[in-house]
This record gives sequence, structure tokens and C-alpha cells, in this order.
Amino acid sequence: MAQMNMKEAIRDAMRVELKRDTNVLLFGEDVGKVGGVFRATEGLQAEFGEDRVFDTPLAESAIGGLAVGMGIQGFRPIAEIQFVGFIYEAMDQMFIQAARMRYRSGGRYNSPIVFRTPFGGGVKAAELHTDSLEGLAVQTPGIKVVIPSNPYDAKGLLISAIRDNDPVFFMEHLNLYHAFRAEVPEGEYTVEIGKANVVREGSDVTIIAYGLMVHTAVKAADELEKQGIKAEVIDLRSLVPLDIDTIVASIQKTNRAIVVQEAQKTSGVAAEVIAQINEKAILHLEAPVLRVAGPDTVYPFAQVEDAWLPSVARISAAVQKVLDF
Amino acid sequence: MSKVLSKLPYEVQTEPVTPLSVLSLDGEVVNPDEMPELTDDQLKEIMYRMVFTRTWDDRAVNLGRQGRLGFYAPVSGQEAAMIGSEYALNKDDFICPGYRDIPQLVWHGLPLYQAFLYSRGHQHGGQIPEDVHVLMPQIIIGAQILHATGVAMAFKKKNEKRVAITYTGDGGSSEGDFYEGMNFAGAFKLPVIYVVQNNGYAITTPYAKQTAALSVAHKALAAGIKGVQVDGMDVLAVIKAVRDAAERGRNGEGATLIELLTYRYRAHSMADDTTKYRTKDEEAEWAPKDPLIRFGKYLESKGLWSEEDTARVKEEAKATVNEQIKKAEAVEKMTVEGLIDSMFETTPQHLEEQKADFQ
Ligand SMILES: Cc1ncc(C[n+]2csc(CCOP(=O)(O)OP(=O)(O)O)c2C)c(N)n1
Repeated sequence: MAQMNMKEAIRDAMRVELKRDTNVLLFGEDVGKVGGVFRATEGLQAEFGEDRVFDTPLAESAIGGLAVGMGIQGFRPIAEIQFVGFIYEAMDQMFIQAARMRYRSGGRYNSPIVFRTPFGGGVKAAELHTDSLEGLAVQTPGIKVVIPSNPYDAKGLLISAIRDNDPVFFMEHLNLYHAFRAEVPEGEYTVEIGKANVVREGSDVTIIAYGLMVHTAVKAADELEKQGIKAEVIDLRSLVPLDIDTIVASIQKTNRAIVVQEAQKTSGVAAEVIAQINEKAILHLEAPVLRVAGPDTVYPFAQVEDAWLPSVARISAAVQKVLDF
Repeated sequence: MSKVLSKLPYEVQTEPVTPLSVLSLDGEVVNPDEMPELTDDQLKEIMYRMVFTRTWDDRAVNLGRQGRLGFYAPVSGQEAAMIGSEYALNKDDFICPGYRDIPQLVWHGLPLYQAFLYSRGHQHGGQIPEDVHVLMPQIIIGAQILHATGVAMAFKKKNEKRVAITYTGDGGSSEGDFYEGMNFAGAFKLPVIYVVQNNGYAITTPYAKQTAALSVAHKALAAGIKGVQVDGMDVLAVIKAVRDAAERGRNGEGATLIELLTYRYRAHSMADDTTKYRTKDEEAEWAPKDPLIRFGKYLESKGLWSEEDTARVKEEAKATVNEQIKKAEAVEKMTVEGLIDSMFETTPQHLEEQKADFQ
């Protein structure tokens, strides 16, 4: 097994699939020669040629629409939107056109597309480069939403996404690209979309998170352990479909939960998770489920970014609150 | 002091163009060099389709008033643009239509009852048969322009000698997607034809308030693709222009923007009132340009068409529309379960659970 960081694992997933299936194509702004602004696609054009891996003009809606048109003609596009803030330009094509192709055509056509985009805070990037916009996608019927938290999952989930006949919005946390290395198998393997991962077992409280927040949650759990509190941490891995069964099983054990998201608090993924917990596990709860999230402001300039983002301290405080309820 | 090296004009210049016509208003060939090659049978077939479509449009408006159709955008006046442009294609060319472009889909092979089902909001309307190469009509103005661009790129990559064609209106040519699509097609040299049916209005907004461009066709210049302007009430001119564009596409010469100057007689949809924004003078000016009258005169002069033919086709069209609307009405209603199952290839658990609420 090789040691890879998340970016290398993502690149490896694309390499494996470009090799396996000639219908897989990769395109976006600057993905070719330099391999993207984060080098996530580095070397792929050299290996697979300009016909398979190519730069597009600077136009996100057209990148999305090109993917839709090619998708209905049998290709399997991986379309990169350079930074998350630019998905607004492509939202019609991603969330309306691709996401409802199967519905509009009564199943005649589909959108076997992966829309990849980097996102996520804590890196002091320019405005609109790091926002957590997954909530917009989650509100959209017909598109899957996947956010890996580690290199192994990233590769396996991305391979699943590329093979999926439905559109997948695949969000890659900027702060995880180079954060650490882990064992990643060579060649093909998949991680199923729609299955959460219990990354740390515990019996007192469940902390539900995804993306970078999984790591912040684990750190919080380590801190809490010192005080004798055993927190279970669940990595959602995919937001659509959401693995509510794993969450409910955990709550049946711990009877308490909090949900952590980087995104602004209101009406986001955490709110949805809590609503589903209410529907499926209310009688197992000893306390209300709390959210730890960014405040409802625009994502801030770098100056206050660190304070704005959910931290170990804020997670620990929320855990204390549900334990003390 | 630096010397002025040249006195070339540095301001980009463009000039107005003259739209291509083949037939005069009296149905005489005024531009024989541009006459498309067509057999007598083909000429009759084109007339048949135009008369059929006019009748179907009349019937559809009535069916709409009776509540038997849903959203429907009338097409009368635009038969030459719609039918001519489709007629110029091969069966395996791919059409990405806007909401008004139902005739092209039907003449390209979509069963009429499915077009009615689409209008009635039934999913089966969009379930295009395998051997028919079209998408269902697009509601978001401009989105289909990008789909055609993607389809064209697919053809190019697969080395297939096919072209994609897409339609929008003069209003649609103001959308960002229109520019993005043409620019991609220019940069990648794609076999795609962008047809703008300039019928003078976007709902109620007249062309003059839509853009200050000399013509829609001029917009091709910025994308580095070919742009042409055509008399869209002259079916022979339309066929010629689209055939040329398709040939260019097939030969690897890239994309073409075709502006078809046309006129819709009825309102934008069934909901608006033309008297609020159009004048009688304007309507009178367009009336003699009617594609059926003009092409009909040409065919009559060749002894290929008569009033009896028109009457016969009208009867046939009425009967077909009646039969097809009944067929559409007989299709089993959509269900919420079916709708839920159409969101993903395999319905995820949360949607399976939501289905239970509707059983
Ligand atoms: C993105 C988008 N904006 C607005 C509308 C509402 N709308 C429907 S038709 C129309 C005018 C279209 O005019 P034009 O493109 O000239 O087409 P025509 O129907 O005249 O052929 C508008 C504004 C829409 N469907 N999609």
C-alpha cells in the first residue's frame, strides 16, 4: 500500500478511472498542463492526452452544460469547478439540468457526471474560495453530495462517484488536501456512497460531522476523554444519501448527540440531520441535539476565520451542554 | 519621440448584413444560386409538413383553451424556420430545443402524443424513443445551447459525422449561456449549429430593446464562429443555410450561428395579449411574408401543389391531432411513487421511506 495525502488519493482515483474506462473525461479551468490550481489533476493530461483531459475556456455554466451534453452521449465527465464560490455560475447546469435529467426524461437520459470542487475554510484564501455551500446542493433533488475526510475514503468515494450513473457533487476540503498521509490501496476499490463511518467509538455522546470537522470532532473527543467523557464520532462521508441508520444506532447507544458543520447555522445539513433524528430516534434522546456551526454571516475575510470556524472548544462546550441537560 | 507606425483603423468595424432569401414574396426564385437541391417529392413533403404544423398549432391552441393541453407556446408564422431547419438535418443529428421548438422534435421522430404528454406535464413526454435524437424542450432559456455544445463535442470525440443543433429566440441570445456556448464551440471547433429564431419579441420586449447589436448574427464574430442571417419566412433559404452549416460541421469546419428573421402570429404563450405591444401595421407588414403562402405559390407555379392539397392535409392533420391527443389522454397518470423513483438510478432509502407517505 502507498502513503498518500488526500489530494494524491483524489488524483489516483481519477487516474484509475481514466485508465479503466475511455468514456471518462476530465475537464475544467486549468486542469491540463499544470494540473489545476491545487495540482489535483497534475500529470493526468500528460498520461491520458488532451483528448481526455483538457482545459476549457473560463465559463462555469458552459463547463456544467458541456458535461450534461456529453453525459447524454455516453461519456462520463469529471467536471472541475475551480473554487466553490464559482458554483453559483454553474448552478443551473449542475443543480437544475444535470440533477433533473433523469426525471425530465422519464429515465431515458441520465447525468453520469462528477462535479468536483474544492471548498472549506481555515486556509486564509481569497473571498468566495472556501465557503461551505453543500447546503445548496443538499436542497436539490436528484444529485448526490459527497465530502470525504481522509485519503482512503476520498479515493474510494471518488471512484464510486465516477461510476455512478447519477450526478455527484464531490466537495474536497482545501484544508485536507495536504493535511496528512495515510495508507491508500493501489488500483481500484470503492467506498460506498451513502454509508457513514464510525471513526471513533464511544458511549456517552455522538458527535456527527463531515469533512474537516471530523478531525476537529476527533480532537474534541480526545480532550473530552481526559475528563472521562467517551464521545462517539461519526463521519457522514455523504450528505445525500444520508446514512441515518448509522446515526440512529449510535444515538440508541449514547442517547445524546451534537452535529458539527462549518457552514452557517441556519437550515443547513446539521438542521437536516437533527430533523431526521427527531423523526427516527426521539425516544432515545436524553437531551436536545445541538448544532455547532458558523454564524449566519457571510464567510469572513481571513482575519477572523479561525475564530469563526467551529473549534475544539466550541464542540466540547456543546457536548458539556447536552450532558448537563 | 516615437513614430506612428500605421494609420490602420483601430476601432473594430462591422457592417449590416442582408438576409439570405431564395423566394420572393410572389414565390419566384430570386436567388437561384442559393436554391437547395430538392426533388419534387421533397418539395411537396416540406409543404405537407408546414400545412400540417399550422393546423396542429391551431388545434393545440384550442386544446389548450379546453384544458386538454398544459403549457404550449404557439408556432404559427415560424413554420419555415422550424420545419426547414429540421428538414436540412440527417436523422442522426441531435436537436436541443427550447420550449417552442416542438415541431422540430416531432418531425425528427418524437411521437406527437408524447409532445402532448410533455405539454400536459407527464414524464413520458420526455421519454424519447431510442432512435430519436433529441432532448425534451428546455424551459431555462439558454441552457440547451450548452447541452448542444456538449453533444457536439461528444460527436467530435467519437469521430461521428453528426451535428448538434439548438434553438433559442432573440431574447435567448442575450443570455450568458448563449455566449458561453458559442465561445466553447469556437475554441473547440465543434460541429454545432446555433439557430436564433428572431421573431421580433421576447414575450413582449421588442428586439430593439433586447440588444444594440447590428444583428443577432453579428454575435458570432466575438466567438470566432460563422454567423449568417437568413429570411426565416422562406423555407428554401432556411434549408440552404442549415444544410451549409451542417456540412461545415461534418467537415470539421466548426460551428455556425444562424439568425432566422421570422414572426410569430400569436402571442408568446397562451397567456399574453399581443394588442398591448404590437401594431396592426406591423402585423400587416408580415402577413404577405407568410411561409405557407409564399412557398405554396412557388409549388403551384411548378404544378406541385393546389388548394385541394392544402385542404386534404388540413383534414389529415386534424384527424391525427385528435387521435394523438386521445392517445395521450389514455396514458396512465403519473404517480408520486413513479416520480420519486425517477430521481436516482437506484432509489435511496430516504426516498423509499418518503414513498410510503403516498401509498
Ligand atoms: C432563464 C430564463 N429567464 C426567463 C424566462 C422566462 N421567459 C420565458 S420565454 C421568455 C422570452 C423568450 O424570448 P425569445 O428568446 O425571443 O423566444 P421566443 O419565445 O420569442 O421565440 C422569457 C423571458 C425563462 N424561461 N428562462
